[in-house]
Amino acid sequence: MLADLLNVIRRDLTIAFRHWSELVNPLVFFIIVATLFPLALSPDIAQLRDVGMGVLWVAALLSSILGLDGLFRSDTDDGSMEQLVLSPIPLSITVLGKTIAHWLVSGVPLVAVSPLVAMAFYLPMAAWDTLIIALLLATPTLSMLGAIGAALTVTLKRGGSILGLLILPLTGPVLIFGARATDLAAQGESPAGPLYLLAALAALAVSLGPLASAAALRVGLE
Amino acid sequence: MSEFFNMGGYGYYVWSSFGLSFLVIVLNIWWAYARSTRVKRRLSGRVEQPEPVRPTVRQVQ
Amino acid sequence: MWRTLTLFFHQLASPPHFYRWSGLFAPWFAAVALVLITIGLYGGLLLAPPDYQQGEAFRIIYVHVPSAYLSMLSYVLMATAAAVGFIWRIKLAHAVAVSTAPIGASFTFLALVTGALWGKPMWGTYWQWGDARLVSELVLLFLFLGYMALHAAFEEQERGDRMSAVLAVVGVVNVPIIHYSVVWWATLHQGPSITENAISGAMLWPLLVMIAGYTFCFGWLLLLQLRSEVLEREAGARWTQRVLEASP
Repeated sequence: MLADLLNVIRRDLTIAFRHWSELVNPLVFFIIVATLFPLALSPDIAQLRDVGMGVLWVAALLSSILGLDGLFRSDTDDGSMEQLVLSPIPLSITVLGKTIAHWLVSGVPLVAVSPLVAMAFYLPMAAWDTLIIALLLATPTLSMLGAIGAALTVTLKRGGSILGLLILPLTGPVLIFGARATDLAAQGESPAGPLYLLAALAALAVSLGPLASAAALRVGLE
Repeated sequence: MSEFFNMGGYGYYVWSSFGLSFLVIVLNIWWAYARSTRVKRRLSGRVEQPEPVRPTVRQVQ
Repeated sequence: MWRTLTLFFHQLASPPHFYRWSGLFAPWFAAVALVLITIGLYGGLLLAPPDYQQGEAFRIIYVHVPSAYLSMLSYVLMATAAAVGFIWRIKLAHAVAVSTAPIGASFTFLALVTGALWGKPMWGTYWQWGDARLVSELVLLFLFLGYMALHAAFEEQERGDRMSAVLAVVGVVNVPIIHYSVVWWATLHQGPSITENAISGAMLWPLLVMIAGYTFCFGWLLLLQLRSEVLEREAGARWTQRVLEASP
């Protein structure tokens, strides 16, 4: 089972690196959204510091959800999804592998550039390590939720616009705990509580999310 | 009587709550009946009545 | 007795039987709802004494709480029906889920608006982000809208039914998580909330009557919508033609 999972991840990573421009898009989206906020608000340092964490979290959430629109599309269009459904590997394992691969190429780079955005909002450097841990715990949940949305809309021609409507309301808890953890760290307090809750959400999403995505993908192929 | 409608100064909030609730429920009922008539007409009309032929109007230049 | 009961439910799942039975039940639901809501309104607006803290404004409870209760009941009903339809491929269950969504959404809307109208005299603002129940109701409204949008996006009915069933079940797993995370978040921000003291006697019974009346009203609306939905879904069947000929 683990070998199957690793195989799926390896295959998807190989394909992903062939189309590297698609990987960069969500990352650029994240940075652009974050840089638009100071233009709309004010260049005032104190004000930016106040809203910075919230902006960073919303931007990260949007870019990780919207980037997942095409997760299953190419496989469904070229017919290889049917092969994956019929193969002896459980479909939920395949879905888990594909989502993990997507997270590796989109979620992890997003975490890597987040200090840059944090710097742009003058956020205290003491909070950076918490920010990185919180984002590392939050992005898998977002990827799993996004994968459900991508699977639900895979047979629709214009799935992208409806995907946000379906999935964004469900991301509330991630936003609440993530922003709270980094906020606590910025004030010099222990962020452990919200971080544990983020980890619990991630565990729940990783264990149940692929089942829902697999069910939706099967319906799409019926 | 006017005391009852005044609701101790909260009349606006109390009556708009009750009024809106009434409105939304009535709209739901109306919509359910309108849909029922529409569905029945469409499904039975499909078999029996063809579209009535309308005289076409020619535009005069 | 048990056998007749199970037979009755099995028959109810078949569209023609459902159509006949629902035609008999629907007027009774309407009548009971009308009687209960009239009694509840009389008790709530005229008999119940004003609250010693909130004065007359507390009377909004008689339309707010039933709507909020129905919004949650209808989401659970929708998700349960969707799951039943998904697992056992029962056509009528999908029809129930699809018909529940717009009615549930309208009660969720009512819960939000009456909650805001209650909040204005109590908190001084219509909207209070610190109140977990309001925020949860808003998310619930988004979930209903998402479900309806997804179902409408599919041209093939069966695929739309089954896809949106997955979404409904994902949503119902998330609703408690969302609710409790907002509660946790709200306690940090110490938002003012309506102080709750145990209500009793003359204040309580009209509320319970209103809740029961709203539930019957919801059942009636659901039956009406469901009859149209079933007719549409069974448009080609012979029993449908017979029904349509009988009632012009």
